[in-house]
Amino acid sequence: MRKTIGLTGDGAAAEAMRQIDPDVVAAYPITPQTEIVERFAEFVAEGSVHTELVTVESEHSAMSACCGSSAAGARTITCTSSQGLALMHEMLYIAAGNRLPIVLINVNRTLSAPINIHNDQSDSLGSRDAGWIQLYCEGAQEVYDTVIQAVRIAEDRSVMLPVMVCLDGFVVSHNVEPINVLDDQEVKDFVGEFRPVINLLDTENPISMGNLTLPEYFFEHKYAQAYALEQSKPVIAKVDKEFGEKFGRSYGIIEAYRMDDAEIAIVTLGSMVGTARVVADDLRQQGIKAGVLKIRCYRPFPIDEVAEALKGVKAAAVMEKALSPGAPGPAVFSDVLGALYHKGVHVNLISYVAGLGGRDVPAKSIRRVYEHLQKIAASGKVDRILNYLDLRGWQ
Amino acid sequence: MTVQINDAIRKLDKKSFPAWYEIPLGGTLVAEGSTDYHTGSWRTKRPIWNAEECSHCMICWMYCPETAIKVENGKVVGIDTNLCKGCGICANECPREKAMTMAPGGEY
Repeated sequence: MRKTIGLTGDGAAAEAMRQIDPDVVAAYPITPQTEIVERFAEFVAEGSVHTELVTVESEHSAMSACCGSSAAGARTITCTSSQGLALMHEMLYIAAGNRLPIVLINVNRTLSAPINIHNDQSDSLGSRDAGWIQLYCEGAQEVYDTVIQAVRIAEDRSVMLPVMVCLDGFVVSHNVEPINVLDDQEVKDFVGEFRPVINLLDTENPISMGNLTLPEYFFEHKYAQAYALEQSKPVIAKVDKEFGEKFGRSYGIIEAYRMDDAEIAIVTLGSMVGTARVVADDLRQQGIKAGVLKIRCYRPFPIDEVAEALKGVKAAAVMEKALSPGAPGPAVFSDVLGALYHKGVHVNLISYVAGLGGRDVPAKSIRRVYEHLQKIAASGKVDRILNYLDLRGWQ
Repeated sequence: MTVQINDAIRKLDKKSFPAWYEIPLGGTLVAEGSTDYHTGSWRTKRPIWNAEECSHCMICWMYCPETAIKVENGKVVGIDTNLCKGCGICANECPREKAMTMAPGGEY
């Protein structure tokens, strides 16, 4: 029976994991992801899941164990944050390169130094080239729904890639929201039985994996992997659509919020989307044509959809919670710029890095971004491309 | 998928290099061992089998990673030079001093 209960983002992720009942979970607790592992360990202890929970000694081991179990044909889920994801970095590429459909829930937290346990998106944005699908969630309901969708996306025979589901630490992971939880059987039916393409334990069809691949073949392997990631977009859309038809909630690859006639727009991902919606609503009431473009699917990057949504916009700001030191611009900004270039769309585009190390990004700050965009839209000139929201000493 | 992988392996056998879309998923190989590959071309040392010293205990056959020890009717009859990569495990594991020895150079 479907029910609506109060859950945190972490709680919603754990609940989705319980209903998926994966064969293997190998995870190591780290703030702010800890609650997921704690709750899931309780499910294992009370016997409400059949999962083999591997209590590893580090995140490098966690992802290694996940690669092993997935290669052995087991449906595998893990979760981490920040330093944990950084420690997994080596194994992230191996999971993707071996085409292992692992699901990783990443609770976004900044990277040390200085040491800080709070939210920004440096961890997963820093892993953007590992070859994983990356989906960013705005709230806890979306986390719950996306974790369930992620299993189907990863295991789709035309995809066969790991999927990272990202949620902002504390902002989403530790705030209680009313979550509509599906019936256990509905989730089981939706994710279905895992039929692995690669299965080391299938003795009828012996295979060897992790083979040495020398210069004559390596490039072709990597391109095949990159191509699969590029081609996963319609599968992500299809699974989301099917989820919507069955359960009444879908999110799209991107969401263009009040963008139809928008003159100024904020492009962002994660929990900042929700705050930006509120500010856009306020501005609309004052007759200002403001919109929000939410990037839910960051890898593969929705080039066509982003360029199409921004067509006709006079000025737009990309807001993200990560720096890319020494780069022409931070990661998401650079990708949006690249998408516009691909499609020959010109928009006066600026970047706003915000909320590093858990600094709050309130509505009044986002309002100032829109004010900046209004000035650019009126003058047709970009005064400054790279901007830092609420950074002391930055004018 | 298996058909695709087998096709890719057949192509490897012919030494024609497959295009990126012909590559097996995730670098997986479906061959049972490496008998489809001419690992003999790697050899820089070669095992010398001495029929008179050999007790046919089959330890070399069991340890050989490339199934290069040729056996007929339960007895060692020689070395498959297409497969032997010259690793020397057979000589190392052989319980007799002179039955299997390594010689420098890959060519027989």
